[in-house]
Amino acid sequence: MTIRDEFNKWREGVHGKSVSRFPERKKEFKTSYGETVEPVYCPEEGGSAYLETRGFPGCYPFTRGVQPTMYRGRFWTMRQYAGFGTAEESNKRYKYLLGAGQTGLSVAFDLPTQIGYDSDHPMSDGEVGKVGVAIDSLKDMEILFDGIPLGDVSTSMTINSTASVLLSMYIAVAEKQGFSADKLNGTIQNDILKEYIARGTYRFPPKPSMRLITDIFEFCASNVPKWNTISISGYHIREAGSNAVQEVAFTLADGIAYVEAAIKAGLDVDVFAPRLSFFFNAHNNLLEEVAKFRAARRLWSEVMKNRFKAANPKSQMLRFHTQTAGCTLTAQQPDNNIVRVAIQTLAATLGGTQSLHTNSRDEALALPTEESVRIALRTQQIVAHESGIADTIDPLAGSYFVEALTDSIYAKARKYIERIDELGGMVEAIEKGFVQQEIQDSAYHYQVAVEKGEEVVVGVNKFQMKEEPPTNLLKVDRSIQVSQIAKINDVKSSRDNDAVIRKLAEIKAAAQGSDNLMPKILEAVKVYATLGEIAGTMQEVFGEHKESVVL
Amino acid sequence: MSRKIRVLIAKPGLDGHDRGAKFVARALRDAGMEVIYTGLRQTPESIVNTAIQEDVDAVGMSILSGAHNTLLPKVVELLKEKGAEDILVFGGGVIPDSDIPFLKENGVQAVFTPGTPSEEFVNFIKENVRKDG
Repeated sequence: MTIRDEFNKWREGVHGKSVSRFPERKKEFKTSYGETVEPVYCPEEGGSAYLETRGFPGCYPFTRGVQPTMYRGRFWTMRQYAGFGTAEESNKRYKYLLGAGQTGLSVAFDLPTQIGYDSDHPMSDGEVGKVGVAIDSLKDMEILFDGIPLGDVSTSMTINSTASVLLSMYIAVAEKQGFSADKLNGTIQNDILKEYIARGTYRFPPKPSMRLITDIFEFCASNVPKWNTISISGYHIREAGSNAVQEVAFTLADGIAYVEAAIKAGLDVDVFAPRLSFFFNAHNNLLEEVAKFRAARRLWSEVMKNRFKAANPKSQMLRFHTQTAGCTLTAQQPDNNIVRVAIQTLAATLGGTQSLHTNSRDEALALPTEESVRIALRTQQIVAHESGIADTIDPLAGSYFVEALTDSIYAKARKYIERIDELGGMVEAIEKGFVQQEIQDSAYHYQVAVEKGEEVVVGVNKFQMKEEPPTNLLKVDRSIQVSQIAKINDVKSSRDNDAVIRKLAEIKAAAQGSDNLMPKILEAVKVYATLGEIAGTMQEVFGEHKESVVL
Repeated sequence: MSRKIRVLIAKPGLDGHDRGAKFVARALRDAGMEVIYTGLRQTPESIVNTAIQEDVDAVGMSILSGAHNTLLPKVVELLKEKGAEDILVFGGGVIPDSDIPFLKENGVQAVFTPGTPSEEFVNFIKENVRKDG
């Protein structure tokens, strides 16, 4: 069969079926001069090599996209990461964003919450409410989602070492609103390995952390089936200074480690793998980035099919969220960042992302203001509605350059994964410091190149100008720490403390044994045990992770 | 012969962004200094203890979480309490310009924000460390 025959088969089969179930955004997509735009374009020649390495949208190896209609059916989800200060303030920001046409929520927690310290812990001093919202108990979570029906929105939560606790709180709030857990849509990041490599909000050592993750996989498969139980993240690996190949390789190697852990814990790959999702960075190098996303999709589908024998196509699909690259934003001439973010938005969407956060122009200076967040969201809306890139699937396919980069990123990332396998897998490679060292070397060489002017950063090492210090920056008040501590004291004096002690003891017993921890944690949050109490109880059994410093 | 300048690079608080701190550490090493890097999640107390034990000439701290106004002055205060106020203290990270005067009043002698060329902080340290070594 020729490619044309295969295309016709796809058009009538996979694509046709999808369109009949979920109609496309428009009856017909047209150019400015009236020509019909096809759902996908492909070469006339090339035969089996094309089909094996590229294929069609919604079909293995998914190089060209995970869905048969992609943005012709529905745009990517526009999801701005937000949260700061108290639950009340963040709740107000969420309602603002939903009102401005955002289609999903993305919750940023402060660092104490991410690590499992209450706001009154000495380690929390100065950090409360700073980079996200402070959550100490179910009380805060009830306020955070007040008036937002959790059965109707999808919510992504950037939470890792304490994901089990925050997901439990989310489920508890939803139940109070009248939505059962099986109705809930959303994602927890829950990717602890990249915390050891690049992001730093770990609490427990790798082994018990991996157990918490597989407990969540198992619990969600039967109780919260629509929830994405992990978002395997290359974003922070890239922010830490890796290059595009390393971003793909280390992220997929983390993914392999989770799949292996889950299989070892007795889970069926085709039961949990469809809920795995990914999170990548969109950098400035437009064409290289598009190639990166295509290569990652192909490589993951091959890993799932060949290495893990996953038979369900959903297990083979690399679905991903993207955020534009925070590290490319400059404090100098901050309005230039709007342009960078627009280029990165194109990279993510031409690369076929499922959802996107666009950074705000002022993020190299402080948390973004409402106005900056609006421009960032409008950037996505302009690309979606005005640029035409969403009218056909994988439009850069067939570019000699993009295809060559897709092949080279694929091959080089595969080599890295083989190297990590030789080291004994990703957990070993991280413990040995291999991954951290590779990233740091890339980061260092890049920075040296910037200093030498070999890499140009507009406004920083070229085209500089004298500027007034920026005004109108968002600042988080220190009084938030005081009010959070007062709230904790309130909760502790009004709850049933005997029940809390009992539930914490049950968590401890489960942690010492092998029972799934999730049901115990869910019961504890419902009696208003605090996050710090629950994490502290687990630490008594699991211990605390200490970083092995690599320079 | 004078000994090499010794610098402690530290990450106070809970913030995990260490790309800048690690770059500064390597750049100082390349500039001929001896560098000790603490790793993440250090309390002001542990930073001060390390600084004194390692007999450093300067302490540089990187914060991107916004906790700088709490944590940096705390380190200065503890150094003073321990009679080690001759150790040069500097900071870096995402720190708004409007906070820099407050930090300087509280003993942080320089603040380097994103985009600072390494020459600038290397020279600053060379020119400002105690000259008794």
